[in-house]
Amino acid sequence: MADSKLVSKIPEGPLAEKWSKRKSEIRIVSPNNKRKLEVIVVGTGLGGASAAASLGELGYNVKIFCISDSPRRAHSIAAQGGINAAKNYQNDNDSVYRLFYDTIKGGDYRSREANVYRLAEVSAAIIDQCVAQGVPFAREYGGYLANRSFGGVQVSRTFYARGQTGQQLLLGAYAALNKEIAAGTVKSYPRHEMLDLVIINGQAKGIIARNLVTGEIERFGAHAVVLATGGYGNTYFLSTNAMNSNGSAAMQAWRKGAFFANPCFAQIHPTCIPVHGEQQCKLTLMSESLRNDGRIWVPKKMEDVLKLRKKEIKPSQIPEEDRDYYLERRYPAFGNLVPRDVASRAAKERCDAGYGVNETGLAVFLDFADAIKRLGHQKVEERYGNLFQMYEKITSSSPWEEPMMIYPAIHYTMGGLWVDYDLQTTIPGLYAIGEANFSDHGGNRLGASALMQGLADGYFILPYTIGDYLSHKFAEPKTDINAPEFDEAEKAVKERIAKIFAVKGTETVDSIHKKLGHIMWEYVGMARNEEGLKKGIEEIGKLREEFWKNVRVPGSNDEFNQELEKALRLVDFFDIGELMARDALHRRESCGGHFREEMQTEEGETKRDDENFMYVGAWEYKGEATEPELHKEPLKYENIKIATRNYKD
Amino acid sequence: MEYNIKVWRQPNAKTKGHFETYHVTDVEEDASFLEMLDILNDQLIRKGVDPIAFDHDCREGICGACSLYIDGRAHGPDDQVTTCQLFMRHFKPGATITVEPWRSAAFPVIKDLVVDRQAFDKILQAGGFVSVRTGAAQDANTILIPHDDAELSMDAAACVGCGACVATCKNGSAMLFVAARVSSLALLPQGKPEAARRARAMVAKMDELGFGNCTNTRACEMECPKHVTIDHIARLNREYLKARFSE
Repeated sequence: MADSKLVSKIPEGPLAEKWSKRKSEIRIVSPNNKRKLEVIVVGTGLGGASAAASLGELGYNVKIFCISDSPRRAHSIAAQGGINAAKNYQNDNDSVYRLFYDTIKGGDYRSREANVYRLAEVSAAIIDQCVAQGVPFAREYGGYLANRSFGGVQVSRTFYARGQTGQQLLLGAYAALNKEIAAGTVKSYPRHEMLDLVIINGQAKGIIARNLVTGEIERFGAHAVVLATGGYGNTYFLSTNAMNSNGSAAMQAWRKGAFFANPCFAQIHPTCIPVHGEQQCKLTLMSESLRNDGRIWVPKKMEDVLKLRKKEIKPSQIPEEDRDYYLERRYPAFGNLVPRDVASRAAKERCDAGYGVNETGLAVFLDFADAIKRLGHQKVEERYGNLFQMYEKITSSSPWEEPMMIYPAIHYTMGGLWVDYDLQTTIPGLYAIGEANFSDHGGNRLGASALMQGLADGYFILPYTIGDYLSHKFAEPKTDINAPEFDEAEKAVKERIAKIFAVKGTETVDSIHKKLGHIMWEYVGMARNEEGLKKGIEEIGKLREEFWKNVRVPGSNDEFNQELEKALRLVDFFDIGELMARDALHRRESCGGHFREEMQTEEGETKRDDENFMYVGAWEYKGEATEPELHKEPLKYENIKIATRNYKD
Repeated sequence: MEYNIKVWRQPNAKTKGHFETYHVTDVEEDASFLEMLDILNDQLIRKGVDPIAFDHDCREGICGACSLYIDGRAHGPDDQVTTCQLFMRHFKPGATITVEPWRSAAFPVIKDLVVDRQAFDKILQAGGFVSVRTGAAQDANTILIPHDDAELSMDAAACVGCGACVATCKNGSAMLFVAARVSSLALLPQGKPEAARRARAMVAKMDELGFGNCTNTRACEMECPKHVTIDHIARLNREYLKARFSE
C-alpha cells in the first residue's frame, strides 16, 4: 500500500523515457523572472557547489553556505578512487543499462529504479563537463581518457585523477562556483553553519545560520532551500568522514517535517587503516581502487598469526601456500573486487575467527607484492603513489616492502532525507541532493558512485526540477526575514545554545561523542541483532541525559567557539543514532550494509526478505518525547530481475 | 609521552596575541600532531582554560584546512605533509614545541591558530576557471591530452590551498598558489581562449590583496605539502608575459 504522504512522482512510461518525459513536463521560468527568484544552497561539496554554479548560470540569485573557511574544503575533496560513468570507452560492453543494473544490484534491491536509471543516463555528461572544466583525469599515451575497475562491477568504467579524484572534481565544481561568484549570481557565506530551517505556510523559506567567526545568529530568506550537507557517518565518532562533517542540517529539516529514509543503511568501507588507540579521532581510508591490484589475505595457520602479533616474523616471510586469500576463495567470480559490504563482513569473519594480523586482532593484509612484480614499480607508483605515501606517513611502514594492514570503518551513509523524483523532500520548497538524500544507493553504495551522484544531482537534475517549483513562485514577493516564523526559529536556536552553556558540567564534548561512537559501533555496527539494537537505543538515551547533565562547553556564543559547534552537532548525532537503531530494529532482514545476525544464509551471507521489506522506510518526526512514525514507499522493479546477490560465479 | 606546547594565543582579530606554554601528558606514541592538540584541549577544558582554536577537517592531508607553523616550519618538521599528517614520533618526548598561526598580512588571525584565507578564494574568483556552462561540453574524448601533459597538469592541480607557501615566503608571496592554478590550466587545451585574461587578472588580484613579490628563494616549494614546484611559477611568468604582449 502506498503511503499518501510519500508521493514519489515517478513519471509513467518506459524506464528509458521517464527522465525525458519529466523534463518535457517541467515548467520553465523565463530569464527575467529567474532574476527575481532566490535559492539557498547549504553545503559546498560536489552536490552543493555544482548545483549553486548551475543555478547561478541559469540566472537565479543563489546564496551558498559552508562551515569551512572556503567552499573548496568540503569533504568531497577527500574522495580518492574515481567516478563512474557509462561511457563504454573500453569497449567492454558497458551501457547505461549495465550501470543501472550494477547499481541496483550493488544496493541489494533497495533503491528506486527510476532514480538510478536517470543517474546512469546522465553519468556520461558529467565526465564531459568535468573534462571541459579542465579536470586533469588520467590519460592513456594516445591522449584518450583512462579507466579502472571498482568493486561490484565487471567492466572498467571508473575515471580517475590519481588517488585524488574527489579533489579534482571538487576543484572543478568550486571553479564553476567561483565563476558565478565573480559574475555576481552567487553569494558565498563561508564559516556559516545552518542551525534551523524556516517554514512559512508549510513551505521552506529560509534558514537561520550562525556566523562561526562572530557567533552572530543570522537570518536568510529565499524561495527555496537546497540541502547538500552530506551524510551522518560521524555519528560513530570514528569514521573516514572529515572531523566537521555532520548530520545537523538534515536533522533540523527532519524536526520541521522532512521524512528521513532508510537511516540504518550505513556503509562500512573495507579498506581503512586500523584503529591505533583510544585517543584516535579519525580513521583514514585507503582507496577501494587499491583492490584492483592488491590482494587481501590473512594467514592460514594460527601459529603464523601469533608470530605476526609478536612481530617475530614479517608478513612477506609467510609462504604463498600458507596464505588465505579469503575473498578469492569465497567469491571466485569477483575476487578482491566484491562490493564493500561483502568485503567488510568477510574481514570481520576472519578476525572474529581469530586470524586478525595486528596486536588488536582487528586487521587483515592488502598486499601489492604480486602487482609490483607484474606491473613494475613505475606503473604502481603512477596508480597509487600518493596512497602508498599517505599510508607510510601514518603507519611508518612501507607498502613497497610489506603488505598494508587494513580494517573496515564507517565511510558513507546511504540513508538520508526522503526525496521524490524531483529531489524534493516532504517539505515543499526543500530539496536534498548528494549524500544528504537517500535515493540512489539502496542498502549499499558501489565505489566511485558517490561522486557520480553528487554531480548528477547538482549539475544535471536539480537545476531542472527545482524550476518546476519555482515557476509558481516568481510572482511572490521576496521572503520577509522579519516574519514571525523567523523570530520564532531564531529564538529557538538561541535557547538551544543557552541551554548548552547552562549545563556547566565536567565532561568534554569529544569524550561524550566517543562514548556514543562506542555504543553505535557495538550495537548498530557491522552486525546487528534485536537485543543489541534495543540495548543501543537505551544506551543512547542514557548518554543523551548525561550530556545534558554533564557537558562542559567553555567560552561564549559571541566568539569563534569550536567546542560550541561540536556540542550543537552532537545533540543531533544522538537523535540520528537513535533513529538508525530504530530503523535497524524494524528492518528484520539483512540487506546490503545492514546485516541482522538473525537473518543470514548458512554461508553467512545476507538474507533479504523481499516479501516484507521491499520498501523505503521513511520516518516522520512526532515530537521530542514521542516515537517517530514509519511510512513506507513500496519499491517496484519492472526492468530488472530481482535476484539474490551473487558474487561467487 | 609528555610535551610542552608553546602556543600562540589571540582571542580575536582585534586583540593582541602572545605565547603561552602548556604541559600535555598521556600522548600515545602513534598520535598525530593534531590528536596531540585534541588531547591538550581536553586537558585544558577540564582545567577551565579556553581550548586552543585551530583549523582542521579531513585529517587525510587533502582538504588544506590545517595550517600550523611548528618549530619555525610550515606544517612542522616532516617533509611533504600537511599538519594533520605530521606524527608525534617526529618529536623527542619532553620537547618544547612552538606552534604559531600562518603569519601573513593577507591572512589575518581570527583566533589563536586560525587565520582568514579568503584572499585565496578571491584570487581564484578573478579568473581561476574555464568559462564553460553546465551542459555545454562536447564528448570528453574529443579533447585529446598527451599523457605527460595531463600528469604535469595534475602535479600542479594537487595544490590544496593551505597557504604554507605564503606563510613560508619571506615576502609573503602567493606566487606558488597562483602558479599552481594558472600552470595546471595552461598545460591543457581547455580554457585557452581566456588564458591571457586569466593570468593578468589573477596576478592583479594577488597584488591588490597585499601578497608580496616573488624573489625566487624557493622556500615555498620546500614547504609545499604537495610538492608543487617553482617550475610552475616559471610557467606562470611565461603566461603572464605572453598575456602582456598580447594586450
